[in-house]
Amino acid sequence: MAVQSMSGTGDLGEGTGVVPDAPLLEVEDLFVEFHTRDGVAKVLNGVSYHVDAGETLAVLGESGSGKSVTAQAIMGILDVPPAVVRSGAIRFRGEDLLKVSDGRRTELRGQGLAMVFQDALSALNPVFTVGFQIEEQLRVRLGMSRKDARKRAVELLDLVRIPNAARRVRQYPHEFSGGMRQRAMIAMSLALDPELLIADEPTTALDVTVQAQIMDLLKELQVERKMGLILITHDLGVVAEVADRIAVMYAGKIVEHADAVSLYRNPGHPYTAALLESLPRLDLKGTELKTIRGLPPSLLAIPPGCPFHPRCPMAEDRCRTEVPGDHRLGLGRTSKCHFAEELVGRV
Amino acid sequence: MTDPTIATQQADAGGAYVTALEHAEPTTGQPGRPGKPRSLWSDAWRDLRRRPLFIIAVVVILFLTVVALFPQWFTSVDPNHRDLTRSRQPPSGDAWFGYDVQGQDIYARVVYGTRWSLLVGVAGSLLTVLIGGTIGLLAGYFGGWLDGLLSRVGEVFSGLPFVLGGIVILNAFRSTGVDSALALVGMVVLALALLTWPISMRIIRSAAISAKQQDYVKAARALGASPWRIIFRHMLPNCLAPVLVYATILLGSFIAIEATLSFLGIGLRDPAVSWGVMISDSRNYIRVAPHLLLFPAGILTLTVLAFVMLGDAVRDALDPKLR
Repeated sequence: MAVQSMSGTGDLGEGTGVVPDAPLLEVEDLFVEFHTRDGVAKVLNGVSYHVDAGETLAVLGESGSGKSVTAQAIMGILDVPPAVVRSGAIRFRGEDLLKVSDGRRTELRGQGLAMVFQDALSALNPVFTVGFQIEEQLRVRLGMSRKDARKRAVELLDLVRIPNAARRVRQYPHEFSGGMRQRAMIAMSLALDPELLIADEPTTALDVTVQAQIMDLLKELQVERKMGLILITHDLGVVAEVADRIAVMYAGKIVEHADAVSLYRNPGHPYTAALLESLPRLDLKGTELKTIRGLPPSLLAIPPGCPFHPRCPMAEDRCRTEVPGDHRLGLGRTSKCHFAEELVGRV
Repeated sequence: MTDPTIATQQADAGGAYVTALEHAEPTTGQPGRPGKPRSLWSDAWRDLRRRPLFIIAVVVILFLTVVALFPQWFTSVDPNHRDLTRSRQPPSGDAWFGYDVQGQDIYARVVYGTRWSLLVGVAGSLLTVLIGGTIGLLAGYFGGWLDGLLSRVGEVFSGLPFVLGGIVILNAFRSTGVDSALALVGMVVLALALLTWPISMRIIRSAAISAKQQDYVKAARALGASPWRIIFRHMLPNCLAPVLVYATILLGSFIAIEATLSFLGIGLRDPAVSWGVMISDSRNYIRVAPHLLLFPAGILTLTVLAFVMLGDAVRDALDPKLR
């Protein structure tokens, strides 16, 4: 499958502030800390990204880079005792979610934004049938009757291609296979027709063939419904096929932000380049697989300067002291590397 | 799950592409086995039906319930009819359990006493679980200072010595001069619940804390469920199993505790003549007329045993890991 439309590449960057043509979702300079026993973990250090309707943004990064925390902050489901949102804004259609009332936020969940979780087995309530869990939202939020809600639930399961949906609605999550559960989870999150869907590693718990099916399904549903989709993953292979734009995260920052094609063809940050090089490739069979040396930094003590410098093959003295800002690389691309221009080969 | 009928059908299909068993259309005419959804409770029920201990316990409890509801089916004798000429007569064909000091038929009194003993047990454990469960859920879900406050209050209550606390509370109520049977039961139930709720609170609280961290609670929140809906609709059913087991065993022990309190003269009393009251009445005559003690005490023991057995069986069925 070729890379899907590039609709998202033209309108990047400038549209801030004005509500009427505000992007669907805009995260601006988000700082989140976790207060732990060992100190303050700086999990997000100024994350900014945006998604438009009908567009897929992939957020890529290692474990602990802050991709899921950003998603949970957007949904407002961070566990607040350890987590603290220090500053920043999360604007949904221009409305700052961090400033609106709890009631308004609850209202937006499900109908405005919805989320698909990584492990569908634990994200589905074991004591209720799958149907009940889909119907519950329809009944409570839309005031549907039991019968109509059941009908809609069957339609939704059908939509996510669960065979024999009419019988499946009456079953419990543990009677579903892994792929089925993830489909049911997707059906559940689509029940209220959200405008933005956040999929937090939707395929990590699944085997490879099922992964591909789920990704195809998500892509198809997104195109059909013109939803915005934020796809959180650490799998570069998954991203290549469905993403319009990619944001690469490292130590709580977006280190590179580019359209999918340019990023793969010509990475603008040494971290992205290293990630791409560490992918196993058929044409390099027999040679040793490249890896990124070292480990991601502890969020309790992020290195000064560029957070990637201890592992970076290009690191020089200034990287150890000077925090790199956003280097614009044209076409809405940015990279937080002092040598971004050299790397891309365009000065 | 293997089902021979399905296997043969698939073979009959003659090499045609066969989908996995769970995707197959339910076949008409076959007993609908593969299509039956299996919940935790239906699995537990299937497991329980095969346990002899469970069946015995349920039969005993059902029988006692019928006795409690319709005592007149089991005896035509008035339990309050006194005939002093028969005082302390031993069991005979006429009166199976003999007569007590006042010449009242012990069998009839045991039959009529079932009602009060069971009522104390059922109402007591219901109220305990209700109070403890609600407080435990709130403490577990909201955490923070509310959890701290509620847990400390619970510790204060569970720190009170049980019998001493019971004596103090019931003595305080005693002077108010209530004497309808139900009011007496109500007092004892209240005292029992007040002194035992912290245990069920702790059970539910820890279940709620672990349920709260589950993704399905986060998912419910992410899909816009209100806190109350999350607590009572999503978390409660997942916290119920351990407290249900506890409540069943508690029911038996409340019946025994009521007997203790009655024996001490602060529990039930006339007109609510429970087994405990009968045991208490017999205390001065144990050596001369042991049947005064043995029959009510024997039935009491049997009842408590039945509830403890039921609790054990339910625990095994709901939590196979503990087996």
